[in-house]
Amino acid sequence: MTALAFSPWFLIPISLTLFMVLSYALLLLARNLNWNANNQPVSLVDLVNQKLPQTQCGQCGFSGCRPYAEAIVKGEAINKCPPGGKFTINSLAKLLNKAAIELDPAQGGYTVPTVVEIREEECIGCTKCIQACPVDAILGAAKLMHSVIRNECTGCDLCIDPCPVDCIDVIPLNSSTPLRWQAPAIISNPDHFIRPGNMT
Amino acid sequence: MKHSFFPATSSSKKSYYFTGGIKPPANKKRSLRSVIMDTPIPEFLYLSLKQYSGPDAIPVVCVGDKVLKGQLLANAEGELGVPIHASTSGTIREITNRIIPDEFGHEAGSICIEADGQDTWITRQPITDFKSLGPELLREKIQLAGICGLGGAGFPTGKKFSSNKPIDWLIINGAECEPYITCDQALIRENPETIVSGARILQRICRALHCVIVIEQDKQDAIDALGTAIHDCEIELISVPAKYPSGSERQLIQMLTNQEVPSGKLPQDIGVLTANAGTASAVHNAVINNEPLISRITTVCGDALKTPKNFRALIGTPVSFLLELCGIDYTSLSRLIVGGSLRGFTLKNLDAPIINTTNCLIAGSLREFPPAPAELACIRCGSCTDACPAGLMPQLLYDQIRSNESAKAKQYGLNDCIECGACAYVCPSHIPLVQYYRAAKSDLAAQKLRQRLSAKWQQRFEVRQTRIRLNEKRKKGSRRRSLSRPEGMDVTDTSLENFSRENAKQQIADAVARVKARKNRTPTNTQVKTKNPGEGKP
Repeated sequence: MTALAFSPWFLIPISLTLFMVLSYALLLLARNLNWNANNQPVSLVDLVNQKLPQTQCGQCGFSGCRPYAEAIVKGEAINKCPPGGKFTINSLAKLLNKAAIELDPAQGGYTVPTVVEIREEECIGCTKCIQACPVDAILGAAKLMHSVIRNECTGCDLCIDPCPVDCIDVIPLNSSTPLRWQAPAIISNPDHFIRPGNMT
Repeated sequence: MKHSFFPATSSSKKSYYFTGGIKPPANKKRSLRSVIMDTPIPEFLYLSLKQYSGPDAIPVVCVGDKVLKGQLLANAEGELGVPIHASTSGTIREITNRIIPDEFGHEAGSICIEADGQDTWITRQPITDFKSLGPELLREKIQLAGICGLGGAGFPTGKKFSSNKPIDWLIINGAECEPYITCDQALIRENPETIVSGARILQRICRALHCVIVIEQDKQDAIDALGTAIHDCEIELISVPAKYPSGSERQLIQMLTNQEVPSGKLPQDIGVLTANAGTASAVHNAVINNEPLISRITTVCGDALKTPKNFRALIGTPVSFLLELCGIDYTSLSRLIVGGSLRGFTLKNLDAPIINTTNCLIAGSLREFPPAPAELACIRCGSCTDACPAGLMPQLLYDQIRSNESAKAKQYGLNDCIECGACAYVCPSHIPLVQYYRAAKSDLAAQKLRQRLSAKWQQRFEVRQTRIRLNEKRKKGSRRRSLSRPEGMDVTDTSLENFSRENAKQQIADAVARVKARKNRTPTNTQVKTKNPGEGKP
């Protein structure tokens, strides 16, 4: 019996099992990685970054959306993005399996989407706003008038402080009338579905 | 192959059928009692520059200009724009933002014409035979005439017929299934020959192999009129069962061809094009009479009116003007609905003008349109699933939207919902389902826009970051180079082997001496001349 137990034939089922377990583990690993268009695995930072609104406004206290995404992966709170609002917080919470918390009031409240516009007759052509713009949405040259490319402006307001003559205005994008359909008011009133028997 | 697509003739016994649908009371008789009436010209007409969801047209006239009927007022902008023409002769009074008839009470740029009452036409060149013109020329004529879908969606017809896909069937849609609306039926009844002519022009443009005109079975007068008008051409007349929404493009195609238009595709992808009967008539006017789209048939009906009827209304006529022509009783008017009673929307401001897509105005009394009963809980009866013509499960969509899962609702086919309102009509719990769907759809659209924007911004941000990094690198590199080899110095002298403290001291002393010598030389004439030649001249 003992001679049989040390027979090399016993290695076959053991090595087979080992091979199967290992290959299954590798398969699971490969499936859990996300792949981008260039067939490179996407990091968690990329995934978090995709959820952020990319206004590059720095209201979170970081120098842009990607630095904040890196910080979130390292454990920073997910509620520091006012332009993203509730939607961004919810999708980040879902991605990272965290609780969806309210927006951090230290970063300011929710705002309506805006763009900026330069009062062109007052512009002195100092190029300070051009240097501040994170997405190259301001066009101009030294001592020449500058202008904001409205379609590219993220509404981050980073150009407003550097302007020495205060010639930049913030313009809300939404007019006073609703641009789209609203759900019936009831959607925000969960009490509606309490039946008389359940009432306390 | 192609001939098995449709039954050979209208007399064949094939039953046309699509799943779902409802049979609401038609309420069409009152407005059909009289013939189509040409409206008198109102004092002021307001032509909105926004006629479809495309970009606003660009005005080519100024305030104070005198314009003739049919004159071009604004050029189409972009691919989906339509040009705007003057609907009567008169003077341009102002070009400002003004209310337009839409769900939200938006304003859009509008041209106000003060009518001179003469109604003088611009010179037109009518033709007798459209076959003298090629398909592309005909299409261009339609586009320049500003024709767009008059059934309600308002998509520019010239754009719709510009696809290069092979078209087997052209369907002229005269089904008009929605309650209250009778404008197509009245038009078919009175001018069937214009629709037939328009259909033949459209068939020539899209090179369709076959052309059919579809009317619902309960509109016998229209079927009879059209039957006599098509006796000598190859166009076929098909009558389909009266069921809402048989007039919806996708349901109509499904009914006639047993083929569903795939989700996210257009009818031309399966070789079918549809056009409304009113559009066909407008095409006839544009090509044969050389008249741009400046009027349309609008049904004005409802209990708050004494004499509901169909009008051939000039585009830009204020809604209140038409209502007063029908003898409106403002005290009994509770809601004014634009469009039919199922798909229409409430108009709050009666000053809004008629636009291309205004097919019906319902001045409803309180008895006719009582306030909506309170929404109750879904009891999962499944009536909405039976009624849905698009084959969706409305109660599931509703569940997903209620739990804020719009993305999941999309997986259940939310974007295939045609917003016909059949589900909400049959719902015993009075749930305003379509409103939920519309809200969720606009949420999804907003999300999509947001994603597109953030992808663009991210790319621009990254490009900028890379550029800044490269610039810094370049700057650093050039500084290192300049440190290692100062300008004007002999390379061999600065080499480390020859470097010594005394040597350096000597070099500094030399440099100081050179500077002193230069300072002493400065006042001489030659220096000034070389530095500033303009000043050196006597």
